[in-house]
Amino acid sequence: MDLSLTEEQELLQSSARDFLAQKSPTTHVRAMEEDDIGYSPELWKEACELGWAGLMFPEAYGGAGYSFIELCVLMEECGRALFPSPFHSAILTFGLPILLGGSEAQKQKYLPVISAGTLLGTLALTEPSATYDPSGISVRAEARDGGYVINGTKLFVLNAHTADEFLVAVRTSDEGGPANGISLLLVPADAPGVSITGLSTIASDRQFEVEFTNVAVGADALVGEFNQAWPIIKSAIDHATVAKCAEMVGIGQVAFDMSVDYAKNRVQFGRPIGSFQAIKHKCSDMIIEVDGSRFITFRAAWSLAAGLDADREVAMAKAWTSEACRRVCANAHQIHGGIGFTKEYDLQLYFRRAKNGEVLYGDADVHREVVAQAIGL
Amino acid sequence: MDFSWSREEEEFRQEIRDFLKAELPPGWNDTLVLDHEDDEYIRLAKEFTGKLGAKGWFTAHWPTEYGGLDWPFWQHFIMNEEMSIADAPIIGGNGPKFLGPTIIHYGTDEQKAKFLPGIAKGETLWVQGYSEPNSGSDLASLQTRAVEDGDEWVINGQKIWSSYGHYSDWCFMLARTDPDAPKHRGISYFLIDMKTPGVTVRPLINIAGTKGFNEIFFENVRVPKEALLGEKNRGWYMATTTLSYERTAIEAPARAQRILNDLVRYAKLTKKNGHTLAEDPNVRQRLAQMAIEIDVARCLSYRVATTQSRDEIPGPEAPANKVFCSELIQRLAQVGMQMLGLYGQLEFNTKWAPLKGKIERLYLTSVSGTIAGGTSEIQRNIIAERGLGLPR
Repeated sequence: MDLSLTEEQELLQSSARDFLAQKSPTTHVRAMEEDDIGYSPELWKEACELGWAGLMFPEAYGGAGYSFIELCVLMEECGRALFPSPFHSAILTFGLPILLGGSEAQKQKYLPVISAGTLLGTLALTEPSATYDPSGISVRAEARDGGYVINGTKLFVLNAHTADEFLVAVRTSDEGGPANGISLLLVPADAPGVSITGLSTIASDRQFEVEFTNVAVGADALVGEFNQAWPIIKSAIDHATVAKCAEMVGIGQVAFDMSVDYAKNRVQFGRPIGSFQAIKHKCSDMIIEVDGSRFITFRAAWSLAAGLDADREVAMAKAWTSEACRRVCANAHQIHGGIGFTKEYDLQLYFRRAKNGEVLYGDADVHREVVAQAIGL
Repeated sequence: MDFSWSREEEEFRQEIRDFLKAELPPGWNDTLVLDHEDDEYIRLAKEFTGKLGAKGWFTAHWPTEYGGLDWPFWQHFIMNEEMSIADAPIIGGNGPKFLGPTIIHYGTDEQKAKFLPGIAKGETLWVQGYSEPNSGSDLASLQTRAVEDGDEWVINGQKIWSSYGHYSDWCFMLARTDPDAPKHRGISYFLIDMKTPGVTVRPLINIAGTKGFNEIFFENVRVPKEALLGEKNRGWYMATTTLSYERTAIEAPARAQRILNDLVRYAKLTKKNGHTLAEDPNVRQRLAQMAIEIDVARCLSYRVATTQSRDEIPGPEAPANKVFCSELIQRLAQVGMQMLGLYGQLEFNTKWAPLKGKIERLYLTSVSGTIAGGTSEIQRNIIAERGLGLPR
């Protein structure tokens, strides 16, 4: 038991923090909110050169061979900097499922180019039913001519506009319960019958509606076993969930830091507002929430990295961190008063992303139900 | 970040569990549920604590020269956790936890020889004499006086909220020795025999109807020079160090886990309107939220412990733990009461009371958790001022 970072993790943390402070200040974040792409491909390439994209992929596939814990150290820094990047789409929900369930040939083909940043992908999982439960997967793929034909609509697909390929979760059987009969198919973004429509979101990230109309792919498009893809998807989503929690820890930490700083400097009634207990106590609650989030998140990261059954730990991390980060950002606004409510002040950038993080990969209610089952209810 | 236990630590945990299974009275905390102030509880607690003392486990984290076993930090942590999960009847925990270390740090050789063995064996019970009727959160304003007279100190004043005072052999207390100095710099730390003439104890009845704590009156109490611990007028600083020892524990999350386990079991076995409580989505959400908060508390404790395991003194993360855990236990009590409905009002150990009325009792006693040992408001001030550097 040791809740401090290792020397290697500290090094990764400080180098990431330095890089992002220089490359992704809030001026960059604001520019990317207005940008057509929504992130900087050049900066993503630089991050890939630092080894971020392949951080947790094995060296045999062009990765750096670090564990998921290090990836979460990095994600906390990305959260702090609100780094606009295709990390979730390309790495956690595209590269990772291929690593977890792909054939040797697929791993050889995809992982090195993902790590190098020369190929982007994304997972098309959720649908208008808006759930991460296996029962939400209704887009169908029919076996035809030795391949598959896909029809249906996916929603909330991250960065579909820059993806070279989609990994599409499809329903291939209705037998044996909702977790059975799900398959994963690789679909080139320019395949005939694929069309994408952008969504406008609270956090200015890039999410899309993706429609598949008689989209045909070959037999080699299948990732993992036919009808048996759910465990792959579940594991990838578990990792992405915890990575999102780590980002929210970073988001909450900065909103908290800004608030303490503001409370020390903002003078009303002839004294800094931070001298009032009403403000002090808010700040104390905020740091407890942020620290609690950090350690419950890293416990989940550690459990996943150790290959343990981590359903309970992942759900606890997401349920707690989702709400804690939102409360911290809300308190930050209260401490900042009117100025925090303006677009020109940076706090709104964090507040909006806290809500985005809260609902992605399931909100607190969803994850509490998982915890309820895990404690025997 | 490493959340794992070594094989030795796991084996040791099992050893503690086996010990508890063998040594706790039959039906402990299940069919046999006692008030911590009940005479029978005190008798059992003295017996059980004596067994710990005989094995050296009561002060296992102390250096061997003072009657400890010099255990590695985490081993001691694991023992505390298991004892709390089992609600083992232990009395006089303030001795090993912070009075003993304070004597080891500041005491003379004579004081160490005189007091440490009794603490280590669990034989001497100590009561804390800090708070006064007019000095609660503002403890440094305390007015109990100690005046030098020849070879003696003469003590006059009153203490309050002194837990187990009516059972205690000795009192560690704070008294003003320099009324002209700034308030923090005129206080000294004394070790007083409760049998000294002029000391009287009056139990106070708490909200749950039991003798939890006491008033202690000092009327011309004459004690020898050696009753002073450490340097004269430095008592405040010694006491506040001991207070931060007090706020470090895994005990609260472990205790909360035990209560949650009871509630989960109850929810699965209890039907209401044709369904078990465990099937009620509201109950599921509330109990899950408690499980989550308990694990957050556990992680916060591991964090404090990581600092302590390196022999460093924890900063504001210790009061953060105290705030979070004490408030969590109150929320847990409320979740339990809400589940029990009409049954929740039935008193401890009475007919029809579910879980022997443990939740009713917890609901009442947990009120003190956010007050004793520094209120939640004082803890938040400490976090904000010492931890975050906000202006006073």
